[in-house]
Amino acid sequence: MPGSLHILTLVKWVPDAQLERTIGEDRRVERTEGVLGELDEYPIEAALQIREALEKSAPETTVRVTALIMGPDGASTALKKALQIGADEGFHLDDEQLAAADIYATSAALAGAITHIHKNHDADSQLLVLTGMASEDGESGAVPAQLAQRLGGLAALTQATSLTVESDRVVVDRVSGNTRQKVAAGLPAVVSVTDQANEPRYPNFKAIMKARKKPVTTLSLADLGLTAIAVQSKISLIAAEPRPEREAGQIIHDDGTAGTQLADYLEKEGLL
Amino acid sequence: MTSVLIVFDRVDEQLTGAQAELLAHGTALGSEVVIVTGQLPANGAEPLAVSGITGVLTGETPIHAPDPALAELVQTAAGELQADLILGPDTPDTVDALARAAAALDTGLITGATGVTGSGAATKTVLAGTWRTTAQLSEGSPLIATLKSNTTSADLPAVAQAPEVVELPVSASGLVEILETTEVPSTGRPALTEASTVVAAGRGVDGDLSLVEELADELGAALGASREVTDAGWMDHSAQIGQTGVTVSPQLYISVGISGAVQQKAGMQTSERIVAINKDEDAPVFEITDFGVVGDLNHVLPQLISEIRKRR
Ligand SMILES: Cc1cc2nc3c(=O)[nH]c(=O)nc-3n(C[C@H](O)[C@H](O)[C@H](O)COP(=O)(O)OP(=O)(O)OC[C@H]3O[C@@H](n4cnc5c(N)ncnc54)[C@H](O)[C@@H]3O)c2cc1C
Ligand SMILES: Nc1ncnc2c1ncn2[C@@H]1O[C@H](COP(=O)(O)O)[C@@H](O)[C@H]1O
Repeated sequence: MPGSLHILTLVKWVPDAQLERTIGEDRRVERTEGVLGELDEYPIEAALQIREALEKSAPETTVRVTALIMGPDGASTALKKALQIGADEGFHLDDEQLAAADIYATSAALAGAITHIHKNHDADSQLLVLTGMASEDGESGAVPAQLAQRLGGLAALTQATSLTVESDRVVVDRVSGNTRQKVAAGLPAVVSVTDQANEPRYPNFKAIMKARKKPVTTLSLADLGLTAIAVQSKISLIAAEPRPEREAGQIIHDDGTAGTQLADYLEKEGLL
Repeated sequence: MTSVLIVFDRVDEQLTGAQAELLAHGTALGSEVVIVTGQLPANGAEPLAVSGITGVLTGETPIHAPDPALAELVQTAAGELQADLILGPDTPDTVDALARAAAALDTGLITGATGVTGSGAATKTVLAGTWRTTAQLSEGSPLIATLKSNTTSADLPAVAQAPEVVELPVSASGLVEILETTEVPSTGRPALTEASTVVAAGRGVDGDLSLVEELADELGAALGASREVTDAGWMDHSAQIGQTGVTVSPQLYISVGISGAVQQKAGMQTSERIVAINKDEDAPVFEITDFGVVGDLNHVLPQLISEIRKRR
């Protein structure tokens, strides 16, 4: 695989799943305690592993790994984390008009940003776009395929449990219904990477220091040549309420009869 | 008159529970219900022979996911029929096809819905099952949505003649090459997402599945697992319940030797009833159980199984 490969990873700033997450009066997910989505570490790790493999098998190839985030100012912390894990360069699409973006608006804006970055930074390199399997707040898993459609109808190989780059194509293992598939598509392509694919590395102190010097470019919709109309959401949230919290019920300690007591409970509740 | 398109990436000789549920959902909503599918089985539209289905649309060649031609098929069908609503099961392949179709049709997409109305609104639970939301199509048409299974109790409509099949001028694209396919081994137990009872095993079973299997068989339950169990290779990954596995919502969920991390809870906390057995009384799973047993599963399960046998 001669020439150069640009692996662009998409990462999202999401509310910390370990804390209580809420939807505010404005019907938007509150993200004061935002972090890099845990599931977006897997595509970064996948990109770094592809680079490491190509350095051995095709040393004449240069591989560049970048991270793109779309989100408000606070999202820069998540982008920084992506650089610490190992991306070389960051791009932050930050525009007020993208607040409350749905799948449609998100994929439109991200497609615009990817096209812009590719054209202005490395038009000659092959492009591989990697995403997480799902964002922790949107949880749709729909952005990758929609994005591929918008990038001129590229192939989207979603839910990859493993991936490799071989000459000018990407080969992916995935599950489709009740079959496992090995599928391939030529570059450029979009691949969403699951948590089965690898074990993301933990940034050490050296990596954290190094990340401080990595370049970050902030982009607005105007920079991408996009108008607000082009990224207008199609879906709006009209109501949101917390599900009644599950209350802890009866707890018993096994005194030698717990199996029987459990059977009593199931029988009483009509569950046997 | 509501025109509904239901999208299945493939139809086999036996409909899946999720597919049957969608037919029930769709026929309840629409006066015209058309199925779009990339692939029909050897007996053609026979499995779709239920009342209320107007017809079936396929391509000129079989189209296998993840070929983007599936989305093109949906887009073409939507244009022909002026669909008001496009529905599919909430599986990755269908989400992909509908996501692409939504971009091509310039309209909105809602995934993982628990219900939809004829007027473009859908309900869904978000943030790992902790919030209920209603979303509405504010721009564009049709509404495109994927529906989670186990969300309607509607019965499958009555059997009818097999609907007519019409081929649309769309064929496989060649954009993706399928190099290999292998069946995921069948467990012989009910499908996880469709079972009314789920027994789930965690690291506490320590590699020995005999007791949880016996309990599942006794209850006619599906068998699931935490990620520790599937990562260790004690069960296939398809059994993993949680954020990055399947989401289940059965009448009864029995958690055995699972601590109850947030990622595990995300896949089961909308279950009707939750029962847990764990030897650690501080295990977070007990925060959400209806009935919790603090004890050793190797003592509790044999007694439970024999008690269940006695009572039936
Ligand atoms: C990105 C990401 C995604 C993830 N997705 C998922 C997911 O989808 N699903 C999932 O399950 N996890 C997921 N996890 C992992 C999750 O965080 C937990 O690590 C996992 O759920 C723990 O599995 P466990 O409860 O089986 O094991 P442990 O946490 O080790 O718990 C074992 C439990 O068994 C009990 N036990 C031990 N012996 C006995 C005995 N003899 N009798 C009774 N009880 C006993 C112990 O008290 C303990 O509570 C994910 C993690 C990450 C980072
Ligand atoms: N705002 C965003 N910025 C960057 N990447 C995103 C954004 N939203 C979604 N993605 C990418 O798309 C994947 C799937 O997201 P979703 O479709 O929302 O579940 C995520 O794991 C990210 O890789």
